[in-house]
Amino acid sequence: MRNLKWHLTLIALLLSCGAACAQGIAVKIGVMNDQSSIYADLSGLGGVEAARMAIEDFGGKVLGQPIQLISADMQNKADVAANIANKWYDNENVDVIVDVPNSAAALAIQEIARQKKKLVLFSTAATSELTGNKCSPYGAHWTYDTYALAAGTARALIQSGALKWYFITADYAFGHQLQSDTTKFIKAAGGTVVGSALAPFPTQDFSSFLLSAEGSSADVVALANAGGDTINAIKQAREFNFNKSGKRLAALLMFISDVHSLGLKAAQGTILTTGFYWNLNDATRAWSKRFYARRHAMPTMTQAGVYSAVLHYLQAVKASGTKEPLTVMKKMREMPIHDFFAANGRLRPDGRMVHDMYLVQVKSPAESKGPWDYYKILHTIPADQAFRPMKDGGCPLVSH
Amino acid sequence: MFGIPLPILLGQLMLGLINGAFYATMSLGLALIFGVLNIINFAHGALYMMGGFFAWILLQYFGLGYWYALILVPIIVGIIGLVIERLLLRHLYNLDHVYGLLLTFALSLVIEGVFRQNFGVSGQPYDIPTALRGGFDLGFMFLPTYRAWVLAASVGICLFTWVVVEWTRLGSYLRAATENPALARAFGIRVPSLITMTYVGGVMLAAFAGVLAAPIYQVSSIMGSNIIPVVFAVVVIGGLGSIFGAVATGFLVGLLEGLTKLIYPPATNTAVFILMVVILLLRPQGLFGKRNY
Repeated sequence: MRNLKWHLTLIALLLSCGAACAQGIAVKIGVMNDQSSIYADLSGLGGVEAARMAIEDFGGKVLGQPIQLISADMQNKADVAANIANKWYDNENVDVIVDVPNSAAALAIQEIARQKKKLVLFSTAATSELTGNKCSPYGAHWTYDTYALAAGTARALIQSGALKWYFITADYAFGHQLQSDTTKFIKAAGGTVVGSALAPFPTQDFSSFLLSAEGSSADVVALANAGGDTINAIKQAREFNFNKSGKRLAALLMFISDVHSLGLKAAQGTILTTGFYWNLNDATRAWSKRFYARRHAMPTMTQAGVYSAVLHYLQAVKASGTKEPLTVMKKMREMPIHDFFAANGRLRPDGRMVHDMYLVQVKSPAESKGPWDYYKILHTIPADQAFRPMKDGGCPLVSH
Repeated sequence: MFGIPLPILLGQLMLGLINGAFYATMSLGLALIFGVLNIINFAHGALYMMGGFFAWILLQYFGLGYWYALILVPIIVGIIGLVIERLLLRHLYNLDHVYGLLLTFALSLVIEGVFRQNFGVSGQPYDIPTALRGGFDLGFMFLPTYRAWVLAASVGICLFTWVVVEWTRLGSYLRAATENPALARAFGIRVPSLITMTYVGGVMLAAFAGVLAAPIYQVSSIMGSNIIPVVFAVVVIGGLGSIFGAVATGFLVGLLEGLTKLIYPPATNTAVFILMVVILLLRPQGLFGKRNY
């Protein structure tokens, strides 16, 4: 009998360890992204590595205790992502979830984080809804969004006279939002959308959609998709002699990993908007070379964004002396973001991190001096023009 | 039709036929393997992906171009198939289907994982061979020469396989071994070797399709898992074990997808499964299948 009592006590102690032992860790950061499907190269393990670098650069400890990093593969599925988020917040004492590709997954996690009163910092997710109608006091959106892509690429194309648009759109939250944000710019400039095709996500063969687009009266055919979809669409456009049709092909979202995969011969001349390029200045080069040494690939904008977000979060925890979510978020908004990723960034009350964006053009093989020398910077889009003004987003947290 | 201009309709049907060529070659291999081995070869997509990758590896590291790849890659992947059959699959022939399915599914996860780890998912570029660049104007569309070649090569390889199975002595042994292995053995036919050969043949078809696909899509570790669900649906619609059914249904599904892309694009990936459900309800043995399956 006495033995049983001891055993029960021991079990009770062990069970209580879940909460008690977690106190031995200052903060627990969970990087959740796609490590096995079509977005694995542009976020994936590279994103996890970027978070690890941020923790190392910060010193590995905050509030006198070590920082723990965990990661998970959400397989690019919104339901898997939501399950992991619930488990992390409820059972594993994760304080902040970082990265999250796939807008559908991001919108789900935004709600979960709001319910559980925990933080989430988005880098790869694109939809501008995250800081619009669906904004949250617990969420921040770091690297770019669908509005910023439209503001960069669409504005540039419209200025060059392309007023009639046709969309080939990935059929999920991200594609819809990207088309919708771009359409606003087109309409505001007096242009029209002459047609669109919703392509299932993901799609291998885009030739049918390209053929339909060629048959339209559009000046420009815009790809509102990402990753493997964009790569296949551009590759097949070349195969089907798309440029002979006199229409222009615009990739609204393209990452440097996509350009690397396509090769300059196929990708040359493409105009795109990016939040980061490794070869911008000494600071970006220095960090990117460290990243390259670990991953054997140059960082994409979203991987660099993960580093910036994690570092800023840790600095805010240190400055506020607690990891209480709203206190930390308040501090994150007060402190300017100043690192290699964002020289003059700031986090707005609607959760949008605003910083300079870049309109770039992919170099031709002749212009490129070596591996990863891919972009010509056409224009720096200043932070205040790159992102949607807070009053236009419809975020309930911001009084109009 | 549906208010769609005729040239666009013809163009989409043409593209559907070309995509159907991949489905036909892939499902032909699956149907052969199922007919003789009674194994649902879930690794088929991974073997197709290896076809594409070995073509890229031959070019990248050995400087051997497309035409060499077309011959060498099916042989290399065929040898891998031989090893899989001899080492693993042959222990499962007398067990329930689900064991073969689980084993081959696990194999495909392992193979894809290895390639993903080494080469990522964005894929490697593979150029169209010089002789097949350019294209011709059909009046209703621009048809790249390479796509025409894909169609011709697939039809050719399917016809060849059909002739071998239906018209040669080897094919007659094969059919005998499928119908009644014990009796075939009594006549002195080496059934186990026939089984191995069939698996290798099916695998070679998948690798051949992989090489054909390399210049069209990026060569990537996930190219197999993108195509495999459709190919399985094709085999089910055509009727399990029916060789002609698999080929004909492959092209049919390609055409159906082409039409869906035109009429209601968001349903493209679903259309084939709707067809599968309808066929299973109305004709459970499949369009061309025998009743006892």
